[in-house]
Formats: sequence, structure tokens, C-alpha cells
Amino acid sequence: MRIDGVEIEDTFAEAFKMRAARLIITAVNPGWALTAAQIATGFATSVIACGCEAGLERVIPADETPDGRPGVSVLVFTMGRKGLEDQLMRRVGQCVMTCPTTACFNGLQSEEKLKIGGTLRYFGDGFQISKLLQGRRFWRIPVMEGEFLVEESFGIQRAIGGGNFLLLGESPEVTLEASERAVEAMTEVEGIVLPFPGGIVRSGSKTMSKYKFLRAATNTAYCPTIRRQTESALPEGVNSVLEIVIDGLDEEAIEEAMRVGIQTACIPGIVRISAGNYGGTLGQFHFHLHQILTPG
Amino acid sequence: MTTLRLRRPSTIPIEADTICPDHFTGRSQAEIEALPAFYGRRKVMLGDLFTVQGEGSADILIEGDLSHVKKVGQRMSQGRITVHGDVGLHLGAYMRGGEIVVEGSAGDWVGAHMQGGRIWIKGDAGHLIGSAYRGEKRGMNRGVIVVEGNAGQEVGAQMRRGLIVVMGHVGPFAGARMIAGSIFVFGGLAARAGAGMKRGSIVAFGDCAQLLPTFRYDCRFSPTYLRFYLLRLREWGLRIADEYLDGSYHRHHGDMTALGKGEILSYASSPGSLPLQN
Repeated sequence: MRIDGVEIEDTFAEAFKMRAARLIITAVNPGWALTAAQIATGFATSVIACGCEAGLERVIPADETPDGRPGVSVLVFTMGRKGLEDQLMRRVGQCVMTCPTTACFNGLQSEEKLKIGGTLRYFGDGFQISKLLQGRRFWRIPVMEGEFLVEESFGIQRAIGGGNFLLLGESPEVTLEASERAVEAMTEVEGIVLPFPGGIVRSGSKTMSKYKFLRAATNTAYCPTIRRQTESALPEGVNSVLEIVIDGLDEEAIEEAMRVGIQTACIPGIVRISAGNYGGTLGQFHFHLHQILTPG
Repeated sequence: MTTLRLRRPSTIPIEADTICPDHFTGRSQAEIEALPAFYGRRKVMLGDLFTVQGEGSADILIEGDLSHVKKVGQRMSQGRITVHGDVGLHLGAYMRGGEIVVEGSAGDWVGAHMQGGRIWIKGDAGHLIGSAYRGEKRGMNRGVIVVEGNAGQEVGAQMRRGLIVVMGHVGPFAGARMIAGSIFVFGGLAARAGAGMKRGSIVAFGDCAQLLPTFRYDCRFSPTYLRFYLLRLREWGLRIADEYLDGSYHRHHGDMTALGKGEILSYASSPGSLPLQN
């Protein structure tokens, strides 16, 4: 398969079951909402080393947020419920509550819930105030600036982490440009986040190493500088590879993001689009590039 | 829809707690007419007092001057009652769900001991809405009462949870012995508001009478939770001015004769806003 002259490899991205929550962070202006969201999703690129994967889903205009102020929605992914509770507690407590003027609302309607505000309330030292309206309970926690408003419970749901595709380009410059264009297009898709810096990964990994103490190491097959020293997967003319990793609330969202991203990334100078997998033995979800890109 | 029409206006009190979607649903017209009611102290059938049209439905429309008809919608848990006219005492008392809409005014004890659902009065309401009956410990516990006109004394007395919104004025002792919950008053808040309150919020958007000396001034701030509440009121169709969302409020806490964790917020830009006191 080719799109605008770019080869689409007949392979698949291998992805995993995760659990996700959505936070709606609002603030007095878009700048503070964005600051809180960026801090709350910092150091959240890979669940293995960071405890969770998280990112900004979209900027929400004031007329769509629960309190009528500018907001940002954030998705947080972990491998299980317990890890998600731990991460939300830390990130809402340390990154959102500490940020001036913010409030934090649940953004997922789900039967399964985690008590976050209901635990953070103890920070109020007995002066916290509960408010209940239409089945939603909130906690008003007194802080030095005034009050931090946080919803008691946050819905969680089954989700998918690790959707991906690789951009193999003739030069670092063109590969980066194609990646940036793809990320920009993919951010329009709802229900997904791109947890890596700027949505792009330069240091993809494989799940083995020559060192016994290391679970993952650099993806040698795609490193151009050692292509003659390893079993390389790089075709001739490829001098740089970047990866875009996608976490999403469901398969449809990830497929849509991959389709939009790959189609946008097919620009002159990109030689091939591929995807990362482990032979299909580890992940529960397989996103086949040709199937995703075939209309209908 | 089931339509009830009062056969003739009466000054004799009528108790009609059977006018309730829970009693009507699944019943035939004849069965509804045979439901019991009290005309004064005399036990009668609903059909003696009202003409009934339609089979039993969770959607009930009542027409006529019902200002002497008590306990309409008592203990209802679902459905909707619409009253075209005034209605008497104890409307929606012990209500657990559904909605009651009154096109006119309502008497005292609207939503007493209410546990859920919504009561919407387009006219005025009497005393003690959302409150506890004498001798009881807790009043309204969840649910919403909206009064587009004025309300009487002791609004939300001993209320435990829920929201009462009065677009007009309220009488003295609003939120007396309040345990928790929220009372929003867009007209004038009369004297002795929050007397004996433990927790909960009374918010005065209009004029506010001098508070009891057992309330203490804290600060002026812009509570985010109010924005959330006011936007929900807007969604329900109430006209809420932008300045109430964006403005700041004086906060007093009290009542210091009780637990002292209640609050009275008064809109800071209102001409009748509280001075920095206590």
C-alpha cells in the first residue's frame, strides 16, 4: 500500500488494556487551566517508569465546562484501578490543587468510580465543605488563595494504551516535520492523548536487553547509526525514525487517530510508515495499518 | 396523562395524598376515582371531589383552585404533577423523586422532609418550605425546591441536604437550625437568617438584613462552587445575571451558638450587601 508515494508497511501496532480517567481542569483563564493540565500530565510518558501515561485531550471553551470557566480535559491511563487511584491522588493533589484558581471535575460518566476529592478533602483539616447537587458531590477545600473545588468521585473505564506508528524518513528534519504535522492533526481527535513530549518519541524501545537488570532497551532495529551492526529494519535511504504513541478510551478513537496521523504524515521525504509490535504475543489489541487505512 | 379537575371550590380542607404518580400508575380511571381522600374529617373518594380524565399515568395535571387541598404529591417517587392554579399545604412532603410544577402559589410546608426530586413553584410559597415538622430532627434531605416568587418564614429550617432557591424575598429565620444544604435568595434576606445553623450555605444575592451577632466576618471571595450551581439554575431556565457568576461575596460563618460551620454569603456588589462587621 502507498499513500502519496509513501510505503505503508503491512504490519500492526500492538496495544494493551489499560484503565483511564478524564479530568476537567478549569481556571480563571485559559493560561492557568493549561498550566495546571501540563503540570498534572508531566512525567507521564510511559507507565513502566512514570506510574501512568497522561496527556492533554483538548482545550475546552468556557461555555462547555461545568463552572463556565476556561478548561482543559486531561486523560490519565494506568494498567489497573489501584494505580489509577494512586496517580490521580498525587496529580490532582500536588499539581491541580496547588495551581492558582483551578477547580477539578470528573469528565467520565461511568459506573466504576474512584474517590479522589472524597479523600483529598482531608487536606481541609476539618473545614472542608461538602456540596451535593443532582447526584454529584463536590468538596470545597479551604486554601490560602480561597477555595479549591474538587469533585468527590471520578469515573474510570477500560481503555487502550500503546497504539503507535513509526515514521521512517530520509532526514531528521523531514521526519520531525511529518511527525509534527501528524500530531497537530491527531489532536483534533477526541478520546485520545499522545503522552510523549510534543506527542513524539525518538527513543522507542524493545522489550529485551543484553543486560540482565534491564527490561527494555533502545529499539536497535530502527536506530540508523547502528544499522550495519544489528539486524536493521531500516530500508536504504532512511536516516531518521520517530514514533507517535497513542493512548485512547476505545479502539475506534485510536484507529481514527492513527488514520488521521498517518495520512497527514505522508509527505515527500518520508520513505515508509511502520508500526511497533511484539509479534502479537503480548498485547490484546492489534491495529493493522492496511485495515485502518482502507476506506470502508 | 391523567387530568383531575376540582368539581367545586372549597374552603373545607381536603387531604389528597393519593394524588401522586405512585398511586395513579397502572390504575384505571374508575380505580383512581375510588382512591381515598378526606373532605374535612369525612372520608370520601377522589372521584367525589375531582373529575378524572384518562387512565392512570405518571404524568398528572390538576386544574382548579386547590389552595385548600393538602398533601398533593406526598411521598411521590417518580413522574410529574402539574398544578394549574394554587395549591395548599404540605405539597410534595416526603417526596423522593419526580417533579412537581405549580403554576400558581403554594401553602406552607412545601417539600417538608423531601428526599429527592424537584418542586417548582411559579408563584409564592408559604412558611417552612423544605423544613422539618415540629418535633422532628431533620428537614429536607436532597432534592431541589425553586420558588419564583417570595417565600415565608423559616425557609429550610433544619434542612439536612438539598437546594432551595427563592427568586423573591424570604421571611425571617431562613435556614434556622440548618444542618447542611444550600439556600439561595435572590430577593431580600430577612432578619435572623441562619439562627442556630450548624453547617450549610445561605447565599443572599439581593438585600441582606443585619446578621445575628453570632455570625463572624471572614473575607470577600469568589466561590467557584457558586458558579457551578448558578449555571445549573440557568440550565433549568432561571434568569441568572452574569455578575452573580463573576462577582465576589462577603463570607460570614456561624452560628456560633451552634457548631459554627455554616456560612452566609452576600453578594458584595449588592446595594444592601453586608458591611464588614462582627
